[in-house]
Amino acid sequence: MTTPRLLQGNEALVEGALAAGVRFFAGYPITPATEILELMARKLPRLGGKFIQMEDELGSMGAVIGASVAGAKAMTASSGPGISLKQENIGFAIIAEIPCVVVNVMRGGPSTGMPTLPSQMDVMQAKWGAHGDHPAIALAPWSVEECFTTAVRAVNLAERFRTPVTLLSDAEIAHMREVYAPPESVETIDRPRPNCPREEYVPYRPDERGIPAMADFGSGYRWHPDSNCHDEYGFPATNNHAVGDKLVRRLVGKVNDYAEEIHWLSEERLEDAEIVVFAFGSVARSASEAVDVARSQGIKAGLLRPISIWPFPDPAVAKVAARAKAILVAEGNLGQLLGEVQRVAAGRCPVAHFSRVDGLIPRPEQILARIKELA
Amino acid sequence: MLSTAQMLEKYYLVDKLPNIWCAGCGDGAIAAALVRAVDELGIDKNSLTQVNGIGCSGRVGAYQDFDVIKGTHGRALAFATGIKLFKPELTVVAIMGDGDCGAIGGNHFIHAARRNIDLTALVINNRIYGMTGGQSSPTTPFGDRASTALTGSVERPFDLCQLAIGAGATYVARGTVYHIKQLQRLLKNAIAHKGFSFVEVVSQCPIYYGRYNDEASPAAMLRWQKESAVSVTAAQGLSPEELQGKIVIGEFVAKDEPEFVSEYQALIDRYGQEAAE
Ligand SMILES: Cc1ncc(C[n+]2csc(CCOP(=O)(O)OP(=O)(O)O)c2C)c(N)n1
Ligand code: SF4
Repeated sequence: MTTPRLLQGNEALVEGALAAGVRFFAGYPITPATEILELMARKLPRLGGKFIQMEDELGSMGAVIGASVAGAKAMTASSGPGISLKQENIGFAIIAEIPCVVVNVMRGGPSTGMPTLPSQMDVMQAKWGAHGDHPAIALAPWSVEECFTTAVRAVNLAERFRTPVTLLSDAEIAHMREVYAPPESVETIDRPRPNCPREEYVPYRPDERGIPAMADFGSGYRWHPDSNCHDEYGFPATNNHAVGDKLVRRLVGKVNDYAEEIHWLSEERLEDAEIVVFAFGSVARSASEAVDVARSQGIKAGLLRPISIWPFPDPAVAKVAARAKAILVAEGNLGQLLGEVQRVAAGRCPVAHFSRVDGLIPRPEQILARIKELA
Repeated sequence: MLSTAQMLEKYYLVDKLPNIWCAGCGDGAIAAALVRAVDELGIDKNSLTQVNGIGCSGRVGAYQDFDVIKGTHGRALAFATGIKLFKPELTVVAIMGDGDCGAIGGNHFIHAARRNIDLTALVINNRIYGMTGGQSSPTTPFGDRASTALTGSVERPFDLCQLAIGAGATYVARGTVYHIKQLQRLLKNAIAHKGFSFVEVVSQCPIYYGRYNDEASPAAMLRWQKESAVSVTAAQGLSPEELQGKIVIGEFVAKDEPEFVSEYQALIDRYGQEAAE
């Protein structure tokens, strides 16, 4: 352990990313993600890493992909409008299987919306922002400590699965300060690299878990990452039905078939809970307090808090749905996770909803009132 | 100079041929000029990285034995920037179409030039969108026809070399497919230059540009390149009226200026030294 320090969420996130080995960052200023950009600019050159402020977010995402194929653990960070601009290149990183981390410090509303206020409106964008069928991995911290730990995990998952990983924070989490002592070192994962003779390297031939080995550009293992549907050599196969089918299924399967490796949840008072609140990030902070107060008033309430949002934690929700009297989904959007919980609950218990989309996180009393209605 | 057989043997993924280009397209000859330039410079195949955009021009690397990333439309220079900044020991060449670089990728183009990052940007200017079927591009000359300008373009075109110069590129040159030996020389100089190098090649797309503009034979298009070309030096003595319809070829700029990746490395070294003291 290092000595405990007062850290801001964005600051802890940067420390986590650097501890996990991030040595390249490209970005463009935008509230409330700007501190990440500024801290990376300050810290990376001191670690021998590289930082660049690009001309826009399309370029930032492109530069991150370029650095990653050259061997870097690479990251970018933005919010709303910038995340929308990154989508096409995020899709590229998915199809070409380029590990990287995209931090989205969420703000509310479409377009520039509510720049300085918290929101959870980009949950579905983190899953479906890029076009086409594809896998998604997204994590969401609720504290300064978790900004650090989810950043480490995001980098590791990107390397493990060779795909972009999204970190969903918001202005509340990003700007809050808490005392935290980051660990001296963290466990890190590196992308699988080829160790066969160079002439035997088949760049998109997957291992038994569906992941191909990734060579660094310049290492002598030749490869051609391509935006098109491609065969095992990376060569475009845009009109080959069998190749296209196999690729899309593998891309989705390599993540979804190993979802339990990604699932990360926190449970509070769930053992005998009758009313289970399902909430993540800043909203879960209020939900946690509401659950405590409900318990003190004799209501058997509990909190199921996903730290990994995508792939959706189906098993954990199904388990709760089988024995709870009701699930209350509380979120900072108009029902993006509600639909997921309803799908998994499949009528086994009622699923109620609480949402707040005015740029404020719900007050614990508001969630408590809903818990009481359901009890 | 490498014979065609030697070139195919050493640099081409022969099993990926035939290529997708139409008969008479300029792209294949430009690809070969690039390979020959690389060979003459003695650059190791492992240390040359190509970034391709999207378009017919974006298929150059698909057949060549280098590390090649074919990114999204317009973003080749952004991908290239990430590669070069993280791994400066690589020689990075980005190949783009006129639409790829001049329209959708215009912002990355001017900023890569402004930074003077040590890359070579090669733009194949066929004055039309080839891959999507002959729409007008930012370099379609005023009055020339395209599928989205059937009676002639009413927009003014870009002069991509002047744009590169204005944005701060430290090596700027133009060649044509007809003047292929000169092109090879220009590419050699561009790759050897430390800083942002921009080479525009005037090329022919007989299938779309040619057909829409009553010039469908590749031979006629090459003849046009030959007859319209004037050298940079000769152009200096010509009036704007006399330069109308001409292709000015040769080197416009070759100068030394602080280069972005080296400047960044100097910053890293300075911090390293401070930490050691
Ligand atoms: C974002 C995006 N928009 C549009 C396209 C479709 N598209 C593919 S190639 C191309 C233009 C090609 O023209 P140019 O860049 O001049 O290259 P050429 O084919 O002539 O070599 C376009 C618009 C795309 N792939 N991506
Ligand atoms: S469409 Fe034009 S640019 Fe494309 S391959 Fe054919 S001739 Fe070349």
